Amino acid sequence: MMTDTTTTPVPDLVTPSWDYAPAPEARGIATIREHYGLFIGGEFVDPASDASFATISPSTEEHLAEVALADATDVDRAVAAARKAAKGWQKLSGAQRGKYLYRLARLLQERAREFAVLESIDNGKPIRETRDGDVPTAAAFLFYHAGWADKLDHAGLGPDPRPLGVAGQVIPWNFPLLMLSWKIAPALATGNTVVIKPAETTPLTALLFAELCQQADLPPGVVNIVTGAGETGAAIVAHDDVDKVAFTGSTAVGKAIQRELAGTRKRLTLELGGKAANIVYDDAPIDQAVEGIVDGIFFNQGHVCCAGSRLLVQESIHDEVVDRLKARLQTLRLGDPLDKNTDIGAINSAQQLERITTLTDTGEAEGAERWSPDCELPDQGFWFRPTVFTNVAQAARIATEEIFGPVLSVLTFRTPDEAVAKANNTAYGLSAGIWTDKGSRILWTADRLKAGVVWANTFNRFDPTSPFGGYKESGFGREGGRHGLAAYLAASDDVEVSR
Amino acid sequence: MSLVLPADAGDLAEVTASETSLKRFLHGLPGVDQVGLEKRAATLATRSIKKDSKRWALDLAIRMVDLTTLEGADTPGKVRSLCAKARRPDPRDPDVPSVAAVCVYPDLVATAVEALQGTGIHVASVATAFPSGRSSLDIKLTDTRDAVAAGADEIDMVIDRGAFLSGRYGQVLEEIVAVKEACGDAHLKVILETGELATYDNVRRASWLALAGGGDFIKTSTGKVSPASTLPTTLVMLEAVRDFAAITGDIRGVKSAGGIRTAKDAIRYLVLVHEIAGADWLHPDRYRFGASSLLNDLLMQWHKQATGHYWTADRVTMD
Amino acid sequence: MSDRLDVRRTAKLYLGGKFPRSESGRTYEVEAADGRFLANAALASRKDVRDAVGAARKAQPGWAGATAYNRGQVLYRVAEMLEGRRVQFAHELVDAEGCKPKEAAAQVDAAIDRWVWYAGWSDKFHQVDGGLNPVAGPYFNLSVPEPTGVVGAIAPQGSSLLGLVAVLAPIIVSGNTVVVVTSRERPLPAVSLGEVLATSDVPGGVVNILTGDAEELAPILAGHLDVNALDLTGCAGTDTTELEVLAAENVKRVVRPPAEEPSFEPVPAGPRRILAFCETKTVWHPKGT
Repeated sequence: MMTDTTTTPVPDLVTPSWDYAPAPEARGIATIREHYGLFIGGEFVDPASDASFATISPSTEEHLAEVALADATDVDRAVAAARKAAKGWQKLSGAQRGKYLYRLARLLQERAREFAVLESIDNGKPIRETRDGDVPTAAAFLFYHAGWADKLDHAGLGPDPRPLGVAGQVIPWNFPLLMLSWKIAPALATGNTVVIKPAETTPLTALLFAELCQQADLPPGVVNIVTGAGETGAAIVAHDDVDKVAFTGSTAVGKAIQRELAGTRKRLTLELGGKAANIVYDDAPIDQAVEGIVDGIFFNQGHVCCAGSRLLVQESIHDEVVDRLKARLQTLRLGDPLDKNTDIGAINSAQQLERITTLTDTGEAEGAERWSPDCELPDQGFWFRPTVFTNVAQAARIATEEIFGPVLSVLTFRTPDEAVAKANNTAYGLSAGIWTDKGSRILWTADRLKAGVVWANTFNRFDPTSPFGGYKESGFGREGGRHGLAAYLAASDDVEVSR
Repeated sequence: MSLVLPADAGDLAEVTASETSLKRFLHGLPGVDQVGLEKRAATLATRSIKKDSKRWALDLAIRMVDLTTLEGADTPGKVRSLCAKARRPDPRDPDVPSVAAVCVYPDLVATAVEALQGTGIHVASVATAFPSGRSSLDIKLTDTRDAVAAGADEIDMVIDRGAFLSGRYGQVLEEIVAVKEACGDAHLKVILETGELATYDNVRRASWLALAGGGDFIKTSTGKVSPASTLPTTLVMLEAVRDFAAITGDIRGVKSAGGIRTAKDAIRYLVLVHEIAGADWLHPDRYRFGASSLLNDLLMQWHKQATGHYWTADRVTMD
Repeated sequence: MSDRLDVRRTAKLYLGGKFPRSESGRTYEVEAADGRFLANAALASRKDVRDAVGAARKAQPGWAGATAYNRGQVLYRVAEMLEGRRVQFAHELVDAEGCKPKEAAAQVDAAIDRWVWYAGWSDKFHQVDGGLNPVAGPYFNLSVPEPTGVVGAIAPQGSSLLGLVAVLAPIIVSGNTVVVVTSRERPLPAVSLGEVLATSDVPGGVVNILTGDAEELAPILAGHLDVNALDLTGCAGTDTTELEVLAAENVKRVVRPPAEEPSFEPVPAGPRRILAFCETKTVWHPKGT
């Protein structure tokens, strides 16, 4: 064979652009039904009123499915099913209950991709996050709590702690499946049965989870899933035969629930809003700090209660940190949640987009400087550019109110004392971040922060063994770890706490 | 005042004026948190590069290869064969580009130069008592001059890791400066041998030392020490050239060498180059792969992209 | 029988380490169980609650910042001071509660011993409740209980010393500060306890004792936005719906009242009452070189 020996010269590649081709995850793995009923007593049933609501894809506004709207009658039916199941469920040995949870964990792992795709479609969050974060962590929570079911004597509540009975659980739309797992896993491990309501904009993975309960042969009524909006949730909270309420969501609703439960014997745990400070000292590992800032506020479109929405940066490095942050944000890829390269997905709903828009507008009105990277927004769906505000006053609305969107407020401090004082200057107390290479300063700062979770030189890490929950108006009670079990158990020497 | 260059680092001459100022500068560089760094690298490794963007990346990756043979058993015949592969990686397909350079030991430079005459493919030679660097400076300089005299237009030197790890940064710097001078017009790649530096803080310090000493490229590894190149190590080095460019306006390159065997790996490295340093670095003058077997996998993937069929190793030439 | 006229006490509030009268100037008559006039106690007002919460807030960081060992010694010191006044307190309990001297002495001893018991917990409940969490990743992850801040407490109406101590000690041992409203009918042992606290090493403002009417003062405490937690143990058997509604305004941690006032004599089974006024703080840090 003749060989051509001429060479191909190196081309002149001055400032090339490398546009990643679309890399969509296959959507077909997730089957979406036209209609979904309520999951009560182990089967899907029609709601009493035949009412339903639509769930749509926030990235395309495409109609996905009609979902049953549960009213007080349906909630009553679900609570009755949970009550009926409670006796048998509590009678089972802890080891048996644990085995059901292990089954659920495995089933979820087996169908992980299906759940990830469905979550991205219904919620709008990037497939990279559902695939690598939400779904595996949800399975880990089930697996972790499965092991507790037959070891409750060691839960720190004395010998033979008792389950509370029926738990009514109301969860938000930002981590639909993960929050379901956070709620169901400890409740079931401790011998409670549950009535859970997923958020009205993201019901689909919960309803798919109902299928896992069937596949696992979970006794009917142990898990009941009722779909609906605020009124459905209120009916669960107010139901006389509910023994425990667990709520994750806004502080305003949390307060309303605490008021609703006043004077009752229902136990309550609340995981509410936040306005976390992310403190960057001048000796921080700067490149990882910038990543931590990005992780802190742009992860999950900023729809995170523990988001690091207030960047407190030492004044001496303010400009450099902001410059690096802006350069980094230029590389974020916003778009199709199912694209494997997407970093920023869709805002979950038109309503949330409206709220983010309104609050960010006040930022400019109050004199802060607004900046966003250049990125095109899709024509359809709900989108918001990652946004950074500099020159933000401590009293500005964008520095005090939870925006729950991809919006960062940058403030400065001069001394460690000032950093701590500003960090704690909020009604919230869910989380905080610290960036410095000096170990003693980390511990000094962590000691003084009024926050339930402190991430030092990292941010937004979650683990089933690690208790999560807030100080002050970010709620009370903990989820995860041994501490989380206390929310679902009564000790023999129980102090009458409302949590 | 900049975090990237603490003290009076804007003026590198001043920083390098004394052992004390040099040490203060290197130890004043921002720390690298290992866990955060590795997480970032792992996240970027999940980028899914498909279709046209993959073809583009494979093409570029081939153009960035320093096709390397660094064995005691190397012979002129082996080097000539490698050179043929370098100019026409796929003899049957003229669309497949040539590689950037061929990399050999000094005594085989002349053979490579002859084989590559007129091709524009660079001839790189390792030098300075590669791979350990355990010789006198005189011998290292002689080694370098020999290679340059034989026609090498790129020199891959090794730093004195012993001096670095015992804190004699001035000595490391002086050697780099001296070798750079001995290179004349030849480009200098400074091998940090990151596998022996142990920490990412050290990788960052050694990167800045090499850039301050005039290295045109900073290179991860000799390929003789494990671990050789890794994604996080390359990430730290890309940050160094990015930051160096931001301050001095001078764009230097990075070479990842050792252990990169598959096209998939190569594309992951290119994603790092793209998203950490920036698109300006997506060029063979600014980023290289030091590899031998990588090229064949790039070719197989290149053909897969071109034809739609999975390819076989039997259809690419072995070297 | 001596014809010496005894010197009566003036029962004042204990607030910020000082003994002021109520800013309102109000007092009320305190009678013994047998109906004798004992003293005029200060009838604390809304503004006294405000001042007490202010004093408690001011004292809180310093008290929480003291070492656990130090807080333990301070609580033990309270026990020591009480021990020297056993007779006085026993007399006061006979007067206040109408119990027999022997029973009163037992109550005083139990109260002293409860201080000792909680003193011992000061540097132990952290290890019992906290610990390392084995997260699935290269992170050091530690959970520790921390004081929640300022606690408002309603002291038991019946058990005027032991019940009070059983409520107070677990609140402050972790580093909280407290504003406590005493038993309305039996406030004098609490007033005396304030005098003991002032002469022990408890920093001013850590414990603030308001004598008066819980029905009037509890809603003010419950609604105060600078109070982090509410202990309604002293509201045993009453409907606290209104208080809990007020408490929700800033998501207070609430210890609900028991159906009826319990006997405080049994030593608790564990540190659960301490932990009811603690927050779990979890700190993450990467492990790397």
